[in-house]
Amino acid sequence: MGRQLLLEHIAEPGIETFAVYRKKGGYASVEKALKTMTPDQVTEEVKISGLRGRGGAGFPAGMKWSFLDRKSEKPRYLVCNADESEPGTFKDRYLMEKIPHLLIEGMITGSYALGAKTSYIYIRGEYMYIVGILEKAIDEAYANGFLGKNILGTDYSLDLYVHPGAGAYICGEETALLESLEGKRGNPRLKPPFPAVSGLYASPTVVNNVETIAAVVPIINNGGAEYAKIGIGKSTGTKLISASGHIKKPGVYEIELGVPVEEFIYSDQYCGGMLTNRPLKAVVAGGSSVPILPADLILKTAKGEKRLMTYESLSDGGFVSGSMLGSGGFIVMDDTTCIVRNLWSFARFYHHESCGQCSPCREGTGWMEKVLHRIEHGHGHMGDIDLLVDVAKKIEGNTICPLGDAAAWPVASAIRHFREEFEYHVKYPEKIKNPKHFAIEPFLSEKKLELVN
Amino acid sequence: MAKVTIDGVEIEVPDGTTILNAARQIGGASVPPAMCYYSSLKGSGGKCRVCLVKVAQGSAKDPRPMPKLVASCSTNVMDGMVVQNLTSPEVLEARKGVVEFLLINHPLDCPVCDQAGECDLQNLAYEHGAAKTRYEEDRRTFEKIDIGDKIKLHMTRCILCYRCTMVADQLTEKRVHGVMNRGDASEISTYISKAVDNDFSGNMIDVCPVGALTDKTFRFKSRVWFTKPLDAHRNCTKCSGKVVLWMKDDEVLRVSARKDQYGEVKEFICNECRYDHKTLADWTVEGPRHIDRSSVIAQNHYEKIDLSTLKKEIDRQIEFQKGKPVPAPKTLAQ
Repeated sequence: MGRQLLLEHIAEPGIETFAVYRKKGGYASVEKALKTMTPDQVTEEVKISGLRGRGGAGFPAGMKWSFLDRKSEKPRYLVCNADESEPGTFKDRYLMEKIPHLLIEGMITGSYALGAKTSYIYIRGEYMYIVGILEKAIDEAYANGFLGKNILGTDYSLDLYVHPGAGAYICGEETALLESLEGKRGNPRLKPPFPAVSGLYASPTVVNNVETIAAVVPIINNGGAEYAKIGIGKSTGTKLISASGHIKKPGVYEIELGVPVEEFIYSDQYCGGMLTNRPLKAVVAGGSSVPILPADLILKTAKGEKRLMTYESLSDGGFVSGSMLGSGGFIVMDDTTCIVRNLWSFARFYHHESCGQCSPCREGTGWMEKVLHRIEHGHGHMGDIDLLVDVAKKIEGNTICPLGDAAAWPVASAIRHFREEFEYHVKYPEKIKNPKHFAIEPFLSEKKLELVN
Repeated sequence: MAKVTIDGVEIEVPDGTTILNAARQIGGASVPPAMCYYSSLKGSGGKCRVCLVKVAQGSAKDPRPMPKLVASCSTNVMDGMVVQNLTSPEVLEARKGVVEFLLINHPLDCPVCDQAGECDLQNLAYEHGAAKTRYEEDRRTFEKIDIGDKIKLHMTRCILCYRCTMVADQLTEKRVHGVMNRGDASEISTYISKAVDNDFSGNMIDVCPVGALTDKTFRFKSRVWFTKPLDAHRNCTKCSGKVVLWMKDDEVLRVSARKDQYGEVKEFICNECRYDHKTLADWTVEGPRHIDRSSVIAQNHYEKIDLSTLKKEIDRQIEFQKGKPVPAPKTLAQ
């Protein structure tokens, strides 16, 4: 197993308490940053580290921090996006639940770098029990002088609040999150202006994912250059991957970026191979919104190179033969999985979570869900498949926020790679009556059947 | 000032103007349609996505094209920007898609809808929509509700442009209604069937681009094209008092605010003018209202016309029949 920067002490009993966390070297980054570094130096370290946003888009975090309007006289805010609701992603929950002080330490160091006097952790409403864990940790940090007025005797003061949402996926979109934090309906805002200029209460704001903020801690402790040594090319550092599906050992793994996908699935250090040793069928590599890839394309790129767990390698080949690292929700499916059923389930999620503000997403997600429901339940016709492709194309890129894209990409990619399966559903409605139809008799494409015979 | 080129026509507009407003200054066919944008309501726009345009060149400094289509109502112009509206097949395709999306859950009950004939969605669908629907599923439906004793909300017809909630927010004293639920289940509503009761609430009928909000004093009285619109005014202490009277013989069937060529009301009227003065004696009539010839309301609606303008229009129609795109004339009538 590679280096563990975030989860190093996760197995330590009592790590969720301040005393144990501090004994294991916790809050060293706060001491280092506040006492020996200027805010700009902290930002510079994060820039050097090459840390990319862990929430899904992979935008360089240091760059995002440097965009913050520092000339403005308005207060500046750091907001932690803990509204992790992507199906297949559960890394932030694990991190906050097991080692809450890591996030709080990152928040203090990050807020110092950005000059924020007040910071917020916006957490999804379904994680109500974690609110308690975080608030307890914050109280401990206040009691030990790491939060509040004049932290560690310096003139820097910070207040940190946890704000639970009401349970909406859309509030993970940064501007919708800010609207919700302001107490309004969680509708995404039109951009520009970006939050770095006009975010929370129309003040300059940086919104970062939980894991991104936690990663600031090892970056400041060890130095940005040291962090950048891990990983390959522009994918530096370690990444938490939430592995789920038909694998022997589902769970959260911290990997050094650059581990081959094959090793990640089959190595005993990580997923431990397929659950019942059935063949691998498909992988959704980065949470439900990224394109699904069939087994041959996830293990090797279209050029025949080994596919690695990095931002670049997973997106090699664009959307034709590639995918995205996304938020790291790694869903593995074996050959008993019905891709149509899986896609219907994703489409149902996006239909349910669309905010309803702009028309392509509001109407299109519902339409796709209904058509997929029909195909999966044996009432589809051949035209439906092209209809889905067309609807997905008309949603993609035409919406206010990326939720429309996130709803369209899985549909487009599933049909691109598994068209035969959709046709099978339309042609043989009697064979798919049982909801677990492919568990009884795995689907074999006609091409593969020819090869077998 | 910024120079911007829209569909090959160059215009100079002040900085901070949106692409849509720049196009409106040029006028003619290159104006993108707009279902949710309303120039007098702050924060409107960006939602319906029918005004999407392609920015082929970002600005003089940075000539790269924008990666996605942008909503012209909420994107500001930059100096040297090149915008494609009707000249871009990509835009027309996307717009067709958006119109289809707007229509899949619309009941298409135009034959019984009071808005028919002056409906923005009808015009939009006529211009950019497809003749057949590909939607086979059930459409979403809602119960009709009364918001106040003068306005009927027909949520099934709503396209969620949010204009009416902005009227409530910005024109009236208290915020009385908003959007509940989310996705395609979202609905305009008052909090637990509360009545909308203030002097300017009636304007939400005028800003509604479809038949979702209708005037209960006019509902099912007459098709709008059987009425004769007259410009009229009265001295009103609350508003400008400038209205349109929709007449059938000598009877005032409906009073509404005056809409400009883009369907926008510039001077909002109060509820007293709208509902309480339905006799001709209350009003000073200015004359018949000009109705665009493309509107169905213009039928049997005679206006004095200049012969040379008429000839130009006939030539234009002939050219149009040959399949050549010809810019529409500014106004036909005097």
